Amino acid sequence: MTNTSTIPRGDGRSATPGRRRDGDRRAGRPSGMPPWLVPYVLLVPGLLVIAGLLLYPLIQMIIMSFQKVGLRQIRGVPAEWVGGDNYSQVFANEIFWSSLRNTVLFAVITVTLTLVLGTAVGTLLNKLSGRMSLFVVIGIMSAWAVPPVAQGVIWRWLFDADAGIINWTLNLLPDWLSNLLFGRSDWTGEPWLNDAITIYIVLIICVVWASFPFIAVSVLAGLKGIPSELYEAAKVDGSTPWRTFRKITFPLLKPVFSVLTILSIIWNFKVFSQLYVLMNGPTNREAFNLSMFSFAEAFRSPPKMGSGAAIAVVLTLLLLVVTSVYVRQIVKTEEL
Amino acid sequence: MSPIARKRLGRAALNTAGVLIFLFAVFPVYWMVSTAFKTNDQIFTTEFIPFPTEITFDHIDRVLTKGVAGNSIWLYLRNSAIVALGTVLIGSALALLAATAIARFRFKGRTSFLVLLLIVQMIPAEALLIPLFLNVKRLGLYDHLFGLIVINVGLTLPFGIWMLRTFVAAVPKSLEEAAWIDGASRFTTFWKVLFPLVAPGLVATSIFSFITAWNELVFALILMSDSSGYTMPVALQFFFGQRGTDWGAIMAGSTMMTIPVVVFFLLVQRRMVSGLVAGAVKG
Repeated sequence: MTNTSTIPRGDGRSATPGRRRDGDRRAGRPSGMPPWLVPYVLLVPGLLVIAGLLLYPLIQMIIMSFQKVGLRQIRGVPAEWVGGDNYSQVFANEIFWSSLRNTVLFAVITVTLTLVLGTAVGTLLNKLSGRMSLFVVIGIMSAWAVPPVAQGVIWRWLFDADAGIINWTLNLLPDWLSNLLFGRSDWTGEPWLNDAITIYIVLIICVVWASFPFIAVSVLAGLKGIPSELYEAAKVDGSTPWRTFRKITFPLLKPVFSVLTILSIIWNFKVFSQLYVLMNGPTNREAFNLSMFSFAEAFRSPPKMGSGAAIAVVLTLLLLVVTSVYVRQIVKTEEL
Repeated sequence: MSPIARKRLGRAALNTAGVLIFLFAVFPVYWMVSTAFKTNDQIFTTEFIPFPTEITFDHIDRVLTKGVAGNSIWLYLRNSAIVALGTVLIGSALALLAATAIARFRFKGRTSFLVLLLIVQMIPAEALLIPLFLNVKRLGLYDHLFGLIVINVGLTLPFGIWMLRTFVAAVPKSLEEAAWIDGASRFTTFWKVLFPLVAPGLVATSIFSFITAWNELVFALILMSDSSGYTMPVALQFFFGQRGTDWGAIMAGSTMMTIPVVVFFLLVQRRMVSGLVAGAVKG
C-alpha cells in the first residue's frame, strides 16, 4: 500500500516540530479550543461507544461468570455470588468438552483448507489472463458476498436428504467407486444434518466455500506487489514452480499469510449463523460449538446466564491467546 | 512436445482450472436463485433439473404477500434496512471523527488507542451476548430496532475507524493548511476540504458496516421477541416449519436478502481487501 500521508512513519518524534508550528498558528485564532484538546474531543464519542458496548460488557461478562443469573435475576433480583461454581459445572458437563473439541477441530480443518484452496486460487488468478482472471474473481466474489444465514440455507438445501443435489450426484458415481470410497452405493434419502459429524462435514464445505475467495483475492493482491524480475531470474536459473513458490512467493508473502491465518482463525472459532441454520437452531447438543453452547445455556429455558458467561469467558480466552500473536505482529510491522 | 504446444496446453489447463473454480463458487448461488423460480414439481424431485423449464413467480409472490411468521417479507427487509442504515449513519460519523483524530494529530495516548482498537476487534461478539442483552433490557430498548442499531454500531465501529484512518491519512495535509491560511475555520476546513476527499473511503467503510449489520443474526435473534421487529436473518429461520420446508419460499427470501449485498460487494471488494490486510500487503 502506498502511504501519502504527511505523518512520518515510525514513532512520533519527528512530528514534533510540525505540531508546534500548527499550534502557534492556531493559537493565534481568537475562536475555538486549544489545539491539544482537538484530537481528544474528536475521539470521545467513539471511545464512549467502545467502552460502553465492548469493554464494559466484557467486564460484566467476567463478573457474571462467577454469579448465578437466572430468570429471577433477569427480572431484577440482585445476582448471587457463587464463586467458581459455574466453571466447575461447565467443566463437568460433557457437552462442554464436545463443544470445545468441535470448535477447535472445525477451526483447524477449515482454516487449513481455506488457506490452501485460497492460496492456490490466488496463485492461479495471478497466472490467468486479465479477462479470465476478472471472470473468476467476479464468480468467487458472489460466493463471498452471500450472507452467512443464506449460506447455511443454500448448503442445507444442497445436502437435503430427498431433493438435495449432493445425494443425486453421489448416486451418479459408479457403484464400485462409491463402495470403494464410502462403503455404500445408495445415497437416496441420506440425512446429512441429523448427525454431528455429517453436520460438521457440511459446515466445513459451506464455510470453506464462502471464505476462500477472501484469501484468494488477498493473496492475489500480495502477488501483484512482488516484482516480476524475481520470477524471471528464477526461471532463468531453471527453478521448478514449487521451488519458486517456496523460495520466493512464500517468504515475500509471509506477513500476508500470517494476517490471513489469524483472521481466519478468529472468524472460524466463533462460527454461529451457518451452524444455527444447518442444525435448525440449538437442537443437536452433540453438534454444539462453544458459541452455540453459550447461547443455548443462556437463552433457552431455564436461562443459565452465569454458566453461559463462563463458556463465553473460555471462548474469549482461547481467542485472545491466538490473537495476541496477531496484535503483536501488527504493532511491530505497521506504522501506527 | 514442442515448447509452443506445451505452453498452449499449460494455458488450457489453467483456464480449465479457472472455470472449475468459477463453477464451484457460483453454482450454489445459482442453485438458490434458480430454485426460487422453479415450480414445486421441479423442486421436490430426485431428478436433476439444471434450468427451470417453466419459470414461476409464485414463490416470490408468496413471500411478499403471505410472508412468514405473520408478516410480509417486505417488513423484514425494511427492518433490516433500517438497522443497517442506522448503523451506517451513526457509525460512520463516529468513525470519521475518531479516524481524523488518529490520522491528523499526534497526541498522548494515540498508540494505546490504536492497540485498543485492535484488541477489541478480537473480542467475539457472541461472548458479549449475555451482558449486552441484559443492558439493552435494562435500558428499555428490548424489542426496539434502535437497540439493534446501537449494538451494531458497537460491533462495527472499531474496524470502521481502523479502515477509515488510512483514507484520512491519504489526503495531503497541505490542502487543509491552505484552507487555514485562507482563513477558513476548523469546521469549514473539515467540512469543505477533508470531508469531500475522504468521501470515497467513507463509502467503502459504510458499505462494510452495512453488510455486517444486514447479515447479523444472533443479536437480532435475542433482542426481538415480537415478529414485527424481526430482521431478515431471523425471519428466514421461520421458513423451516414443523411440517416440511417450503424450499421455494425460503430460496426466494434468501435471494432477496442476498441481492443488495452482492451489489455492494462488487462495488467495494478491492477496498475491503486492502482495509482488512492493511499493512501486511506492502509489496
